[in-house]
Amino acid sequence: MSALYGLMAEFHDPKAVVEATEAARMAGYRQMDAYSPYPIEALSEALALPKSHVATICLGGGIAGLVAGYGLQYWSSVIEYPMNIGGRPFHSWVAFIPPAYETTILFAAFSAVLGMLALNGLPQPYHPVFNVPAFAGASRDKFFLCIEAGDPLFDAEKTRAFLASQPGVADVAEVQP
Amino acid sequence: MASTPHLDPASAPIIAPGHTFSSVTDKIASIVLARRTPLHWFLGFTIAFSVAQLVLLTIVRLLFWGIGSWGVTVPIGWGFDIINFVWWIGIGHAGTLISAILLLLKQEWRTSINRFAEAMTLFAVVCAAQYPLFHTGRPWIAAYWLLPYPNTMGLWPNFRSPLIWDVFAVTTYASVSAVFWYVGLIPDFATLRDRAKNKLMAMVYGIGSMGWRGSARHWHNYESAYLLLAGLATPLVVSVHTVVSFDFAVGVLPGWHATIFPPYFVAGAIYAGFAMVLTLAIPLRAWYGLKDFITDRHLDNMAKVMLATGLIVAYGYAMEAFFAWYSASSWEIFMIRNRMFGPYGHMYWALILCNVVAPNTLWVPRLRHSHAWLFFISLVVSVGMWLERYVIIVTSLHRDFLPSSWGMYQGTVWDWSFFIGTIGLFVTLLYLFVRFLPAISMFEMKTILPGARVEEHHS
Repeated sequence: MSALYGLMAEFHDPKAVVEATEAARMAGYRQMDAYSPYPIEALSEALALPKSHVATICLGGGIAGLVAGYGLQYWSSVIEYPMNIGGRPFHSWVAFIPPAYETTILFAAFSAVLGMLALNGLPQPYHPVFNVPAFAGASRDKFFLCIEAGDPLFDAEKTRAFLASQPGVADVAEVQP
Repeated sequence: MASTPHLDPASAPIIAPGHTFSSVTDKIASIVLARRTPLHWFLGFTIAFSVAQLVLLTIVRLLFWGIGSWGVTVPIGWGFDIINFVWWIGIGHAGTLISAILLLLKQEWRTSINRFAEAMTLFAVVCAAQYPLFHTGRPWIAAYWLLPYPNTMGLWPNFRSPLIWDVFAVTTYASVSAVFWYVGLIPDFATLRDRAKNKLMAMVYGIGSMGWRGSARHWHNYESAYLLLAGLATPLVVSVHTVVSFDFAVGVLPGWHATIFPPYFVAGAIYAGFAMVLTLAIPLRAWYGLKDFITDRHLDNMAKVMLATGLIVAYGYAMEAFFAWYSASSWEIFMIRNRMFGPYGHMYWALILCNVVAPNTLWVPRLRHSHAWLFFISLVVSVGMWLERYVIIVTSLHRDFLPSSWGMYQGTVWDWSFFIGTIGLFVTLLYLFVRFLPAISMFEMKTILPGARVEEHHS
């Protein structure tokens, strides 16, 4: 039994999974995750998830993009290849704004996406939850709560009984690692 | 919905009643996962793909002959290539507006149209990119004067030129739109992976999904990233057509050198884009039975956006004429008179008819709610927006300050074949998109279903 990844309860209603998740956290479980076919804000609250770091990464990317874009223009137009074009100064900072603006957005957008993927550990081709046959419904119309075996309070019998006692639960399945 | 025309579409629900999480998933996924491809798909695809071959044919001819096969000549050095580039880029803008700006404004009705509007954006940018890429006839030369990379000649681009700004704006726009689109597709790829009937499809969609499993922890970061992308795409889309308008406005030519160009171009882009979204949405919802999701209310809203942006564009035309008069500059006055009553006058008035007169019929509710009329008007607006670019570019260039250098311009058969070819390319890509990817975002549709939202309560 110790080889289990965790126990997974299936729900058919978004409200039920949120309530069960809240109850599990109240019962002291921490190492758990809920699964839903669409984002549910209340579920993040029920899991007491900390603020996402994506915004910070995105800000960092944006600043890097601004520095890189402006730096590239300054370096190539003033230092590396100074050219007198229509008598304009080498450092034509007004003209350098549009490309720097675009690189800021470019870097910010890519860091938001890559940051999100990195924080989520994606791409991840294999995950134990996919071993539960009913889990295919998680991308359609079913909701799941999985309490993982790594949680200090996890006990195959007691946790199963706890999940089975939740209102609205449809099934409790073992998740093979 | 369609059977109850007496209902006011403006107050109708944004999704037909009776739908559940499973019915939404099944309906949208079934179009992609169906084993049999409908006959009309093959028919449409074959025609579009055949027309798209004109692009290859034109490019081969162009590479052998150079741009002599086009109609551009002194004094009109900018012809179909820039007209078509601006036209396509403009069309793309509605996709970003729908997916980003309307998301930030919490316009929930956007949910069912954002996916294919974003696809339209990407494909329009693909078509637009052909023109700057090939407009010199020698695309391999474009690399070092457009892109800043260390080359053996030690050359760097001139960053004081709006054309270089354009390169940065359009490549950023293409990249960010593609990423935005893909991020939106990840959860839907997971749905298709879980519902695919054969192993190969499950694998392909599985790779696309990156192993997405709908974890609440993942959604938490995902929502944050999605919102940030929308927040970044909004200033981006406004900047793209602004920079496109700088290509003209920074020049000294009467008819181009105007401060109204950036807002006027952005409004025109959204106008053209909504016309194209309507052109695509009306047949799509009919052919694939998606009237429950793309309801009459959606068409009504889009018609209103089109009308509103059309009026902004009309204001732009009026201001162009007003500025010419108010400036008291003989060059400006000559330009506008030549534009209205010169050799290209018929195109100017055709443009006014298409872009100013025709869309005003949408004030009448009966006409606005007629799908046939709306479809017709959206095609008229697309033609009008093409004429607008033609008029701005050609009539400004063909008679400049020096009468001895005046000339006339006409597109050759190769100009037209390139243009028609890109329309074929655009339609081909759309056909492939509808067959292989979910045309409506499944996970976002679920969020607007009744009962989807769970109230937070702290215990």
